[in-house]
Amino acid sequence: MKLLIFAGPPSAGKTAVVRQILRQLAGESFIAFLKIDVVRAFEDEELKKEFEIPTRKVYSGDVCPDHTGILVLRDAIAWAEDLGAGILIVESAGLCLRCTPYTTQSLGIVVLSAVGGTNSPLKMTPMIALADIAVVTKVDLISQAEKEVFRERVREVAPRVDIIETNAVHGTGLRYLLKAIRNMPEILCADDIVLKGMPPLAVCTICAGKKEIGWQHHFGILKTLDGADDLYRGE
Amino acid sequence: MEHFAITTITILPGRAKDGRSESFKEIALRAGDMISIVGPTGSGKTAFINDIEVFASGDTVTGRTVLVNGEVPPDEMVRDPAKKPIALITQNTKCLADLTVLEFLEMHVKARRIADNSRMAETIRLANEFTGEKIAGTMRMTSLSGGQTRSLLIADAITVSSAPIILLDEVESGGIFKENVISSLKKNNKAVIFVTHDPVLALLSDRRIVMRNGAVEKILEPNGCETKILGQISGMDRVLSDMRERIRAGELLTDNGGPVP
Repeated sequence: MKLLIFAGPPSAGKTAVVRQILRQLAGESFIAFLKIDVVRAFEDEELKKEFEIPTRKVYSGDVCPDHTGILVLRDAIAWAEDLGAGILIVESAGLCLRCTPYTTQSLGIVVLSAVGGTNSPLKMTPMIALADIAVVTKVDLISQAEKEVFRERVREVAPRVDIIETNAVHGTGLRYLLKAIRNMPEILCADDIVLKGMPPLAVCTICAGKKEIGWQHHFGILKTLDGADDLYRGE
Repeated sequence: MEHFAITTITILPGRAKDGRSESFKEIALRAGDMISIVGPTGSGKTAFINDIEVFASGDTVTGRTVLVNGEVPPDEMVRDPAKKPIALITQNTKCLADLTVLEFLEMHVKARRIADNSRMAETIRLANEFTGEKIAGTMRMTSLSGGQTRSLLIADAITVSSAPIILLDEVESGGIFKENVISSLKKNNKAVIFVTHDPVLALLSDRRIVMRNGAVEKILEPNGCETKILGQISGMDRVLSDMRERIRAGELLTDNGGPVP
């Protein structure tokens, strides 16, 4: 089975790209889909209805969604393999731009919206740097100059990432993504899959619901206004 | 950036929405050609333009193939927007960044590594030939009207991108001197394909592709037989745009605004 991991900020067009993959590859592969989100998600129901494929979702609630995604990924692979899927697509919530949910033995795809502005790739460095492919969506809406500068900005962050510009609603340009999926290797040994990098994943006390302001009230990785380095305090 | 010499773009047939094959053999596009695309909404006009923009190779919904100089174009030409010989401008194309006109052009000139500093002023000058609402370098891109934006982007495609092929998707609406645009594109020897609902623009092209149900239904080559009608509707169009300008200027149209042919 092949594993695709989609990341990217909300509204970038992750699901639109997934739809195109399903449209084009459903005839040749049996595809399963997992959506990870925080409180609500509808993608699993929509895709199940539209393409009649097995789908699931996980809500992370108070926990960081990428953290949740990594915790459930091994189970998800087992679920999809039991179903006999040829491809498992995992779509992240895309809330935290500091996260890199990509793993070994998978294809990491970051979806970026060209509408986000030419500086947006610079702000999402960690999410782009370890991806294999950067799909830039909504390119039909922006000027030629911005299209070119956007590509350069992605290159600055990730010199080797494969950049694919698309209007995902029409699926233009996605042939290169489909080619990459057709040519990628299958999972060799699911138990050996690890995260590609050291992501800044954390379940912080604020995420967990502590509302007090000031580092004095929190634990884990902390920062003070004057302190140059992070400090760690356990509880 | 120089593009390698493109002599011909060839479009090979695909299929209609009902799966039937298109009946044309091939459509060839050379420098200086003007092709218009007409047809009802949903007939596949934009899909046709998109096929060219992505250099389709049987892998789009239409199944068409687009060749450059008779061959499948190299990947780099298809994928890198700075190396692509095609500029596509649609009604939706905008500059999103909050920059002045001059900063926007500077950004593009810099991205293209063009050393010639006169290119920005030249672009603004050309854009002003396309629109009656004057564009200045100090204006903010986000405050330009639709007509000003499209005029500037077409001028940018000619002077900065130097794209030999220009695709225009219904850019005629409002605030743009379409005949100036067409004559400038002709003068610069561009190959132009435009989707249009405008009778004057449709008749200004050398060939007219008629779309229906996702397929090319026919290709009309008027060969001058529409010249007389073109003269008439150009006249009507001038009367209408003159009236439009007067209405915008706050006049009461009590006379007939000039001779109606």
